[in-house]
Amino acid sequence: MSILVNPDTKVLVQGITGGFGGRHAGLSLEYGTSLVAGVTPGKGGKTFDHGDYSVPVFDTVSDAVKGTGATTSAIFVPPPFAADAILEAVDAGVDLIVAITEGIPVMDMMRVKEYMRGSKTRLIGPNCPGVVTPGSGPDSTGGCRIGIAPGYIHKKGNVGILSRSGTLTYEAVWQVTSLGYGQSTCVGIGGDPINGTSHLDIIKLFNEDPETEAIIMIGEIGGSAEEEAAAWIKENCKKPVAGFIAGATAPPGRRMGHAGAIVSGGQGTAEAKKAAMADAGIVVAETPSEMGSALLQAWGK
Amino acid sequence: MNIHEYQAKELFDRFQVPSPRGKMAGTAKEAEAIAKEIGSDLLVVKAQVHAGGRGKGTFKNGFEGGVHLTKDAVAIGEIAGKMIGETLVTKQTGDEGRLVRKVMVADAVEIEHEYYLSLLMDRDTSRPVIVASTEGGMDIEEVAENRPERIIKQLIHPLAGLQPYEVRKLTAALGFKGGAAKEFGKLLKNLYKLFLSLDCDMVEINPLVETKDGQVLALDAKFGFDDNALYRHPEVLAYRDTEEEDPREVAASEFNLSYIGLDGNIACLVNGAGLAMATMDAIKFAGGDPANFLDVGGGATKEQVVGAFNIIQSDAKVEAILINIFGGIMDCNVIAEGVVAAVQETGLKLPLIVRLEGNNVTAGRETLSASGLAITGADDLADAAKKAVASV
Repeated sequence: MSILVNPDTKVLVQGITGGFGGRHAGLSLEYGTSLVAGVTPGKGGKTFDHGDYSVPVFDTVSDAVKGTGATTSAIFVPPPFAADAILEAVDAGVDLIVAITEGIPVMDMMRVKEYMRGSKTRLIGPNCPGVVTPGSGPDSTGGCRIGIAPGYIHKKGNVGILSRSGTLTYEAVWQVTSLGYGQSTCVGIGGDPINGTSHLDIIKLFNEDPETEAIIMIGEIGGSAEEEAAAWIKENCKKPVAGFIAGATAPPGRRMGHAGAIVSGGQGTAEAKKAAMADAGIVVAETPSEMGSALLQAWGK
Repeated sequence: MNIHEYQAKELFDRFQVPSPRGKMAGTAKEAEAIAKEIGSDLLVVKAQVHAGGRGKGTFKNGFEGGVHLTKDAVAIGEIAGKMIGETLVTKQTGDEGRLVRKVMVADAVEIEHEYYLSLLMDRDTSRPVIVASTEGGMDIEEVAENRPERIIKQLIHPLAGLQPYEVRKLTAALGFKGGAAKEFGKLLKNLYKLFLSLDCDMVEINPLVETKDGQVLALDAKFGFDDNALYRHPEVLAYRDTEEEDPREVAASEFNLSYIGLDGNIACLVNGAGLAMATMDAIKFAGGDPANFLDVGGGATKEQVVGAFNIIQSDAKVEAILINIFGGIMDCNVIAEGVVAAVQETGLKLPLIVRLEGNNVTAGRETLSASGLAITGADDLADAAKKAVASV
């Protein structure tokens, strides 16, 4: 088991003919992902070719879903068109959308979020590295990779990892792998102020997943999603959790790269998040180098 | 992105959000002419800089105050002359102050009552929220802390938009009556339109005033715009005043680097925003002080590293540089070659500590040590931070 995706999950890529989307579609195919379709308006009927792989391209998501049975969409569409691409995937009835695109206007995401309320589709992201469920082949191939994470740093195992940031997720994954353990699923929920899935949503999924034995939750300044997750963990989580919060030294009122990473009006500080996490029994690493060791401490390994 | 007060007034005019009559002046003569044109009993002249605390600020020429009231149009010109071309120091500018290039001359209205009104995006609900208070003209965070019952919040449904009953609720809660109630309602509807149309992440009017003659006016305002949406608002982007920004941040934006200057002496160059913040934290944890936040994005090309080195070295406080790259998809050796070339091209003299991890890292580390350059390698981020702190 794993959460969200597994090697049998049929994936389509919106924006597969773009440079960025195409490159990562190729890497996902090599990783073993069941990437069954691409969507680029105006290029329906063509194929996306990568080595021995050939993936049909459709004009619309709905055609791609009908033609291939895809249940998950990865979005690599440029920011001005990304909100529309997400809505198209919702309309086509996919179960999961992973929006990689960075730089989508907040107002666009506000409308998308509202439109999706009550819908069966889950959105991960935007502005996120994606989702990886490692496989048991060499360099963790044979798994499902959606997005832009490097596949080879993973290893099939029992640690669930979630984070708002890309490279910080890779750090955690790499440390866990280097310590000889592996991951059930790794989820980047994205660095934007409005995202589809929160820390808490993913924590609940990990809590119910029999394969996940321990969790690393990585957060950063801004908002209160980490506090919300910590409060739930304190009362309900059956599994050991380690964590890290980035941005303790960030000046207030400045956006630290991610649109959502801002301390404003005294809200969203690293200090408050760390305190909430510690209060929930989460082992909080002081530096990102210690995420792996914090996990082992929490896990009793 | 920040804008000037006179630019905010232009946006208010465009969306019919009433504010006192006024205009921007670039010279003393213009200021006097605008004052005469307004022809009010009482006028105000305000220095235009992107910093608060102007009223209590002092110019480096000794002139007190960046905001002045007077009845005399000629005096407006004289005061403007003492502001334009001079440097204003306020509690928000730091000791170096800000050069005043323009002033705004406006009608100083007679105030009956001051209110607070803002529109922003509520992260918990992903909906716009109107925040209002009868306690205007003061620090709203203080009001929220000490008299939370005086803060009124109204969430707006993003797809339905601002409803008439919501306007009535807020009007009543703030205590507007008669003509002023009507004026406030109109202002609020237009402000909501402005907020949505210009992709603002915040518009704060403090104070919003009711005048003695029953007008409701936005007296001072602060705007925040969503950077991701500026591409569809060229008229707002044209308001950007790079003279008011940190020159290092302006240079960084030309290389597609995300850079924020800080006060410390250890610079860092990192790929990814989360890891960049974490690197700053690690420097602090090791007993040092970060000089900046710098995210080179997913890549870290030679051109970007050269650009970053030049920006970092333009900061005289910097005594060491820490590079922290997790080469996920990118080949660490390509990054290492870029770093070596950038050091050679810029003639870097500062201690350079490099921590590389990821794809093809062994070759990358070899490239660094074989370069013959004074580059200190590090095993992990904590080790890199320790070495950087020890080098200064």
